[in-house]
Amino acid sequence: MLPTDPAFAMQRTAPRPPMMSWLPTAADFRGDLRAALDNTKSADSLEHLASLAAHRLGFLETVQLDRAFCQLGLKEAPGFFSVRLAILASSTVDHLLPAIRVAGLRRRLSIDVQSGAYGQYRQDILDPKSSLYLFAPQTILFSLTAREAMAAVPLTATAAEVDETIGKSISELRSFWRKAREICNGVILQQTFVDVTEPLFGSYDRFVPGAPARVVARLNDLLCEAAAQDGVLLIDVARASERDGIDAWFDLARWLQGKLEIAPQAAPQYGEMVTRILAAQSGLSKKCLVLDLDNTLWGGVIGDDGLEGIVLGEGSAAGEAHLALQRYAKQLKERGVILAVCSKNDNRTAEAAFRDHPEMLLRRSDIAAFVANWDDKAENLKAIATQLNIGVDSLVFVDDNPVERARIRQSLPMVAVPELPADVAQYVRCIADAGYFEAVTFTSQDRHRAQQYTENAEREALLGSAQSMEEFLRELKMSVLFGPFTPVDRGRVVQLINKTNQFNTTTRRYTSEQIAYLTNLPGVLTLQFHLLDRIGDNGLVSTMILRPAADPEDVLEIENWVMSCRVFGRQLEYEAMNIAVEAARRCGIKAFVADYIATSKNRVISALYPNLGFTASNQTAPSSGATRWFLDLTDYTMFETHIVRAGAA
Amino acid sequence: MTVQEILTAFTRILRDLLLDDSIVLTMETRREDIPNWDSFNYINFIVAVEIEFGVKFKIADIESFANVGMIVTAIKKMLALE
Repeated sequence: MLPTDPAFAMQRTAPRPPMMSWLPTAADFRGDLRAALDNTKSADSLEHLASLAAHRLGFLETVQLDRAFCQLGLKEAPGFFSVRLAILASSTVDHLLPAIRVAGLRRRLSIDVQSGAYGQYRQDILDPKSSLYLFAPQTILFSLTAREAMAAVPLTATAAEVDETIGKSISELRSFWRKAREICNGVILQQTFVDVTEPLFGSYDRFVPGAPARVVARLNDLLCEAAAQDGVLLIDVARASERDGIDAWFDLARWLQGKLEIAPQAAPQYGEMVTRILAAQSGLSKKCLVLDLDNTLWGGVIGDDGLEGIVLGEGSAAGEAHLALQRYAKQLKERGVILAVCSKNDNRTAEAAFRDHPEMLLRRSDIAAFVANWDDKAENLKAIATQLNIGVDSLVFVDDNPVERARIRQSLPMVAVPELPADVAQYVRCIADAGYFEAVTFTSQDRHRAQQYTENAEREALLGSAQSMEEFLRELKMSVLFGPFTPVDRGRVVQLINKTNQFNTTTRRYTSEQIAYLTNLPGVLTLQFHLLDRIGDNGLVSTMILRPAADPEDVLEIENWVMSCRVFGRQLEYEAMNIAVEAARRCGIKAFVADYIATSKNRVISALYPNLGFTASNQTAPSSGATRWFLDLTDYTMFETHIVRAGAA
Repeated sequence: MTVQEILTAFTRILRDLLLDDSIVLTMETRREDIPNWDSFNYINFIVAVEIEFGVKFKIADIESFANVGMIVTAIKKMLALE
C-alpha cells in the first residue's frame, strides 16, 4: 500500500491493536476454520482448532475461532486441561471471554469462563446463592476499573489523604480476595488498574497527589503490595497498556457505548495474558531457550566467515543487537531458564566462538546442552530435551531461518517457535513479548537452577567414567536433608509441586495458602527432601503430602508426591519412602494408600508404587485413569540405598 | 471503493462473526433480519469494520444507523474525506 493510497491515511486514524507478532500468520484462516468444523469427530475438530489458535489472530479471527470452539460444546477433552474461571468485574467483560477461551486453546487449556453482570461483583461474592457460587470456579479473576476508588479522592487531597482514601478501597478488595478463597481453591487473579485519565495540569500532575493520574499510580502501588502479601497473582494490564499505548487498550467510544474498559481490539492480548498465568500456575510455562548460532546469536556464518568475520559486539549496530540477544538470554538464565544451543555447524568451530571470541557474552558454561552438528534439528531438539530430562513441550526454539522454523513447527508442534522479525534489532522484543517463561514465583532455587544443570553435566561425565551404575551412585557420595514443610521454604515447595509434571503422582496443584493450611492440619504429614552430593547441592528436589485417609484412622494417604527430574535414577524415591515410613510409624500409622493418576506426562512413574512394594488396592480409584495402591507398614523392610541421612532440613 | 465492494466486505465480516455463510447483506438489511445479530454482535461488527477499514465511527452515528446502507454510506463518506 502506498502512502498516497487513501486507505493508508485512514489507517492512521484508528489505533493499532496490540499484535501477537511472535505467532506465525495462518495461510488460510477462514478455510481452515471451516475445515476444522467439518471433521466428523469433535475431538479432531478441537485439535484442528487448537493448532489454528497458535497463529496470529486479530479481533475478528478470535471471535470466529471461539464461536467454532463453543459450537463443539466440549467441556472436557483428552489432552486438554480443564479450567473453570469466573470473572468479577466492574465493567463489561463479555467481549473478553472469547479471547480467554481462544488463548486457552493455544496452551491446551479448555477454559469454561463465566462473568457476572457488570457492577454486580459485590452481590455475586457476598450472596451464597449467586450464580458465582453455583458455577464453583477453580479460579477467580477480579477485573476492576479505578473509577470508583478515584471518585472518592478530591483533587486537593494530600498524599496522606490519598493513601487513606484509596487504602479503604484496597482493604475492601482484600476482603473480597478472602471471600474468593472460600469459593474456589485455585489461584486468585487481580488485574492492575489501567490509567485512562487525561492530564489535568500537564507535566505538573506528577507533583499533585490528588491528580487523577497520580491516584491511579498510587492505587496500583498499594494493590501490588497487598497482592504480594496475600498471594494474589496479577494480570498487569496497566503495564501492557503502557507498552502498546493507551489507545490500543482503551477506546472511549466503547466505554460510552457499553462500559467496556478493555477495548475489544485488545481482547486477544488480554486473553493471552490471563492464560499465561493460568498455564504458569499449572506448570505449563516453558523451561528452556534453545538458540541457533549463525545470524541469531551472532551475525554471519562462522563456518564461512571465521571467528574474526562474525558480526558481534560494539562497533556495529547489528553486532550490538546480537549482543543484546545474548544479554537477554543471560538474564533469563539468571532467573532460572535453561539455555541450550542447536546449530548446524561443526561442533569445534561453534564451541571455539564461545571460548575465543572476545565479545561473546554467553560462555560455554552458560549452555546446559550444546548441540552443533549437521543433523535434522527436530531430532536434535528431542535429544536436547532428553539430555536435560525435560519435555519437548518445555522448549522454545529461536532460529532466524524460516525453513528451520517451519520444519520444527510441522514435526514438533509442541515446541514454541517465535516468528522472529526480519530485523535482528527486534529479536529480544519478540521473544519477550511472547511471554514463554511467564512466572508465578521467583525463589532462591531459580537463581541456582542454571548452576545445577551445569553440575548435572559433571555428574553425567562421572556416570560415563564409572564402571557400573552402582559405582556411580557410590562415588556420588549422596546425602539427604529432610523434614516437614516450614513457612520459610513454602514458596519453593509450592513452586516445585506446581511445575513438576513427570514425577508427580497425582498432578494436584496447590496455592501457597493451601500448603500453609495443610501444614497446620492435625494428622497431616508433610516431607521435603534436599539431595546433596560431592558435586553440589541439588536443592529441594522432592515433596510428599500425606493426609489421614477417610478411614480407618491409622492409614495415611499419599495425596501428592513430586520429585524433580534432575535427580531421577539416584534412588531418592527409595530413601524418601524409607523416611516417610519411619515418620508415619512414629505416629502409629499402620498403612499407606496412594493414587497414581496417569497423565500424558507422568508415565515415567507408572510403576513407582509396585516398585516400592505397594500392592494394588481393592478400593476403587477416585477417577478414571487412576490406580489405587496399598502398603502395609508393619512388614515393610527398609530399602538399601547409597544415600545417607544428613539430618533435618 | 464502490458500494458493492463495501457490501461484499460487510457480508464477509458478518459471516465470519456469526459463522453463518448464508448471510447476504443488502443496503436495506436491518439487524433484526439476521438471526443472532444482537446488540453484542452489533458492537463486534462495528469494531471489526473499524479495524478492517481503518476508520472510527462517530458514536452518535453508531446509535443512529437504522440499516446496513447507512453504515455503508458513512464508510464511503469517511473514505472520501481522506
